[in-house]
Amino acid sequence: MKRGLALYAAAAYLFLHIPLLVLAVFSFNSSRFTVWQGFSLDWYRAAFHDPQLAEAAWNSILIAIAATLFSTVIGTLCAYGIWKRDAKVLSGSLYLSLVTPEIVMGISLLVFFQWIFRFLRVQLGMHTVILAHVAFSLSYVVIVVMARLRTFDATLEEAALDLGATEWQAFREITLPALAPGIAAAALLAFTTSFDDYVITSMVAGVDSETLPMVIYAMARRGANPVVNSISTMIAGGLGALILFSERLRKS
Amino acid sequence: MGPVLELRNVSKHYPTHPAVTGISLAVNRGEFYSLLGPSGCGKTTTLRLVAGFEEATEGDILLNGRRINDLKPYQRNVSTVFQNYALFPHLTVRGNIEFGLKRQQTKDIARKVSDAMDMVQLNGKEDRFPGELSGGERQRVALARSLVLRPDVLLLDEPLSALDPILRKQVRAELKSLQRRVGTTFLFVTHDQEEALSLSDQIAVMNGGRLEQVGTPQEIYLRPASRFVAGFLGAMNWIDGIGIRPEATRISRSAPNGDARCVPGTVQHAMFLGNCLHVETILHNGDRVVAEVSRLDGSFESGENVHLWWNPADELLLPRVLPHEVQ
Amino acid sequence: MTQLRRLFLAPASLTMGVLFLAPLAIIFVYSWLSRGVYGGVAAKATLENYQRLFDPLYAVILLRTFAMAAVATLGCLILGFPLALFISRAGARKNLYLQLVILPFWTSFLVRTYAWMFLLRDTGLINSALQSAGLIRAPLPLLYNNGAVFLGLVYGYLPFVVLPLYATLERLDKNLLEAAADLGAKPWTTLTRVVVPLCAPGFRAAALLVFIPCLGAYLTPDLLGGSKTVMVGNVIQNQFTTARDWPFGSAVSLLLMAVVMVLLLLLIRRNGEELI
Repeated sequence: MKRGLALYAAAAYLFLHIPLLVLAVFSFNSSRFTVWQGFSLDWYRAAFHDPQLAEAAWNSILIAIAATLFSTVIGTLCAYGIWKRDAKVLSGSLYLSLVTPEIVMGISLLVFFQWIFRFLRVQLGMHTVILAHVAFSLSYVVIVVMARLRTFDATLEEAALDLGATEWQAFREITLPALAPGIAAAALLAFTTSFDDYVITSMVAGVDSETLPMVIYAMARRGANPVVNSISTMIAGGLGALILFSERLRKS
Repeated sequence: MGPVLELRNVSKHYPTHPAVTGISLAVNRGEFYSLLGPSGCGKTTTLRLVAGFEEATEGDILLNGRRINDLKPYQRNVSTVFQNYALFPHLTVRGNIEFGLKRQQTKDIARKVSDAMDMVQLNGKEDRFPGELSGGERQRVALARSLVLRPDVLLLDEPLSALDPILRKQVRAELKSLQRRVGTTFLFVTHDQEEALSLSDQIAVMNGGRLEQVGTPQEIYLRPASRFVAGFLGAMNWIDGIGIRPEATRISRSAPNGDARCVPGTVQHAMFLGNCLHVETILHNGDRVVAEVSRLDGSFESGENVHLWWNPADELLLPRVLPHEVQ
Repeated sequence: MTQLRRLFLAPASLTMGVLFLAPLAIIFVYSWLSRGVYGGVAAKATLENYQRLFDPLYAVILLRTFAMAAVATLGCLILGFPLALFISRAGARKNLYLQLVILPFWTSFLVRTYAWMFLLRDTGLINSALQSAGLIRAPLPLLYNNGAVFLGLVYGYLPFVVLPLYATLERLDKNLLEAAADLGAKPWTTLTRVVVPLCAPGFRAAALLVFIPCLGAYLTPDLLGGSKTVMVGNVIQNQFTTARDWPFGSAVSLLLMAVVMVLLLLLIRRNGEELI
C-alpha cells in the first residue's frame, strides 16, 4: 500500500503544480501561440513597459500596504483582547466573515458605501478598496495572532505585573516581543490576500483605482494576450515567496 | 510593630466552588512562613490573593497594617517567585533582574543588579539568556529579580518542585541560608511536609480551603490538632483511636515491662529501607501497625508473634472526623 | 485590565460593526424593497424578491450550484484524503510535503484559475499539443462547461482540504493503529474500521470547509464556465452590475448566507466542538 500511496502522491503533486509551471514556462515563449518556439523575455519587457499595468501594480501595492497596516494593528489588539477574555459577538462576527462568500461581502460593501455616499460627497476609490480589504483580512490576522498567543506563557505577564509593570507596559515589553513573529506572519498573510483579491475589489473599486488582479482578469477574459502569462508568473512567484517567508516566521 | 502581613477572615469563592474560606493568619517580619497542604487545598490561591492576582470575596489583607485588597499587583510591595520561574525569555539575566528596578526608575541600577547577583551567587552570568541556564540557576535569577526590589514579603509558589530530588535538598539548604542572610519575610507554599518542616519558622496547614493548624514545625508534628494534620505531616498508626507515629512504636518478641502500653500482633513483612526497617504488623482486631526500627535492633520474620509498645507520652488522642464534618 | 481590554477590542468591534455587520443589515433591508427606476432601490416594501427565488430559472441555478459544490467537494475529499494519508506517514519530510501542498494555494487564486484557461482554451496548450501531434483536427471544447468548472474548483480547493484532513489524521493516537495491527487487522481494515470512523468529525469539518466556498464560487464559474454553468455567485454579481436589480441580488445573497449558516450550525451540532 505504501508504494501505491507514494505513486498517487506524486501524481497529485503534479496535478497541483503543473498548470502553474506550464504557465511560467510559456511566459518565456517567443511566440504568442501555445507552441514553443524559443526562449524570449519579450512578454516580460512588454509587461514592464505597459503604463496601465504599472499604475495598477502601484495601486495594488499601496492598497495592500495600507490595508495590511490597519488590519495587523487592529487584529493584533483584537486577538489579545479576546485571548484575555472572549467577546462572543466580536468572535462570532469574525468567524462569520471567514465563511461569508466573497461575492456577498463585495456586494454588501458596495451597497453600504453607496448608501453612505448619500451623506458624504465621496465616491468609490482607493479608500473604499482599502476599507474593504481591512474588513476581510481582519479575521485572518486575528486567527494567526491568536494561534501564537495560545503558545504564550501567561505567567510571564503576571510576573511583569508583580515586578511593577502596568498592564499596558507588560503587554508592550513582554507580550508583544513574544508575539512578533506571529504578527509578522499575519501581516504577510494580510498582504498577500489583499494583493490577490479580485472579487471584492472589483465591486468597490472606483474608476481611478484599478488593481493588478482587475487588469489580469480583463486580459484573461479578452483572450490571447501573452503578457498576462508573464504578469501571472511574476505575481504567483512573488506571492509564493512571501507566503514561504510567512510560514517560516510563523513557526519560529 | 505588628505583623508585616495579616489576613483577616479572607475568603475567595468562585461561582463554581469556594477556593478558600475564613483564612486568618499573621506573618511576622523576617519569618520563614509556610503554607502547607495537599493539592487543591487553597494554598496557591491564598498566595495569589496576597500577590494581587485574585480578588478576595471577603476579608482583609493587610500589609504593614495597611489594607491592600484594592491595590493592583504592581502597587503592592510584595514579589512572587513563580513555580515555573516565569523568566522573560527575550531578556538576559541582567535584563530580567533590572526589570522591576526600571519600572521604579531608581538610580544605581547596575550596582543593585550586581549586589543581587552576589546574593544568589550567579556572578558572571549577567549576559546569558534564561534558556541557557540550568533549573537551579533559573531559580536563582527568579529570586534575585524579586529580592532586588526589597519587597516586604517574598511569595514563593512551590519553587523547589521543578527541580530533581537531589538538587532539591541542596537548594533547600541554600534557600534557608539566603533567607537568613537577607532577612526578608518569606511566604512559602509547598505540598512537601519535609520541606516545610526543615525550612519554616511557622507552618500553616491547610485543607479544603481552610486553615487546620498554625504553629512551629515541632508543634505541628508533635502536637497535631487533627487527624488530618497528623496524617499529612508524617505516617501514623491508629490503634483503638490512639495515634502513634511509627518511629515511636517499639517492637520486641517479649513483652516490655514498666508503664509502656502494649498490644500483641503478628508480623506481616519487614521492609529494609537502608537506614531503617519498616515492620508491618497486623493486630488481632485487624488494625495494621507499622513500626520503624533501627536495623541494629535485629530482624523480624513474617508470621512471628511480637509485642508492640510505646511511651504513653507519645500518644496522640485526636477525634476522628465525623462524616457530617467532612468538607 | 478590563479598561485596557475594552480599548483593544474597540477598533476591531468598530471595523466589524461598520464594515461587515452594517452592510449585511442593509442588504437584508434592501431584500424587502423594490427595484429603483435607475438602479438602486425604491422605498416600496415587497415580497417579490424572495418569491422570485422559486422561479424555475433560479431554482435550476440554485440546484446546479448545490450539485456542483457537492461534486467538487467529493472530488476534493477523494483526491485529498490519500494525499493527506501519504503526508502523515512521511516521517521526517512531512513539513516539506505539506509546504508543497500549501504553496500553490496561496500564490494567487486568480492566476491559478487563469492557468486552466490557458490549458483548456481552444487555442490553449492541450488543444494545440493534441493538434500538433495530429491526434485531433479541430480543437476540443474543453472550456466553458461544467467539467471545466468542476476541474477549476477541485484544483482551487484541493490544498484547502488537505490541511484539515492531515491535521485530523495527525491527532489520531498512533497506539490505536498498532493495537489494531496487533489484533490481526490488515492495513486496509485498519483504515476503514479504525482511522476513518475516528477521523469522521475532522473529515466533516474539512468537507464543509470546501463546500461553503464552492457554494459561493464566483471567479471559477465566471472564467471557466459558460452561460449554461451559471452559479449563484454569478447571479449575485450580475444583479449588482448589469441587471441592476439590487433588491433581488440582496435576496439571493441572504439565501446563500442562510444556507451557509445552517450548514455551519449542523456541523457544530454534529461535531460538538469548535471549528477553528
